[in-house]
Amino acid sequence: MNEMHTGSLVSIRNLSKKYGKHTALKDVSLDIPRGRIIGLLGPNGSGKTTLIKLMNGLLTPGKGQILIDGNLPGVETKACVSYLPERTYLPPAIRVKQLLSYFTDFYADFDRQKALAMLSSLQISPDASLKTLSKGTKEKVQLIMVMSRKAQLYILDEPIAGVDPAARDYILKTIIQDYSEEASILLSTHLISDIEPILDDVIFLKDGEITLTSSVEDIRNTYGKSVDAYFREVFSC
Amino acid sequence: MAWILQSDRPIYAQLVERLKTEIVSGVYPPGGRLPSVRELAATASVNPNTMQKAFAELERTGLIITMRTSGRIVTEDTAMINETRRELAEEQISQFLTQMNNLGFDRSEIIELLSERKGEDVHE
Repeated sequence: MNEMHTGSLVSIRNLSKKYGKHTALKDVSLDIPRGRIIGLLGPNGSGKTTLIKLMNGLLTPGKGQILIDGNLPGVETKACVSYLPERTYLPPAIRVKQLLSYFTDFYADFDRQKALAMLSSLQISPDASLKTLSKGTKEKVQLIMVMSRKAQLYILDEPIAGVDPAARDYILKTIIQDYSEEASILLSTHLISDIEPILDDVIFLKDGEITLTSSVEDIRNTYGKSVDAYFREVFSC
Repeated sequence: MAWILQSDRPIYAQLVERLKTEIVSGVYPPGGRLPSVRELAATASVNPNTMQKAFAELERTGLIITMRTSGRIVTEDTAMINETRRELAEEQISQFLTQMNNLGFDRSEIIELLSERKGEDVHE
């Protein structure tokens, strides 16, 4: 699978972002190849969401550049990037089936049948109104929508934080089984131990800077401990 | 069920061991077909590239064979499977002996203890 990528899917060069005087990202350079599942890890306030928002064109860089499949974040990249934001953007009064129609309209790569199958596996009715669903179930619905696109890049900001362990397992299995070998997944999380076995690589972010990029297996080989344990050591307070 | 993995060792090495165990114990019989990398990665809840790497290692040793049309099968060479079984057993024995040493038992004491257990063969 590793040999299949042709160049980087994402190329980030010298990216910086300030909010007023506060530096959120400082000179970040990064390449994401195709066919990888990558964990973006860092403590609260380390710049994970800022980086993700920049990649989705929701913020503009102070300095530097992001290219996704050769394009700056914009209309072309939104067609090939499937993004799960950290907070919901969906109106509460909408029904799940209306959401399916929205996604079908908005995204040429949305697979409605796949979404329906996943909803049914998790026993979520398409007739349900979002406001009647629990927080965790809403998160499941949103993740199902995002994973039912045939995207090049999935960017998931804290995808499993509010979901119960059984659904977490189901979602992780779905991610593993269904993403195309040409696609990559970037996911930010603080639940490292749950997600560690499905990751190829990890990126550690600290105070807006990348402090480490490594494969999971290299960390285990080198330090004789899990990424989770290593993270706790590096970021111990 | 996701496979239970230890946190202090590479995941790939643990997948190789688990697959070897399933082959020698007949979960995947000689000549039997193996699930695809994706299926098995999903079952184990591990990264498909890591599972691929484990498969590649088993292919290198000849324990599994990639067929052009029908995916991957377990070797029909039962001598090779038996040898793998033996190797896995040796590893278990080494671990056991290390632990017993830590408890202060010498070889003859260990063998004596084991022989007391003779005849209570456990069949699952």
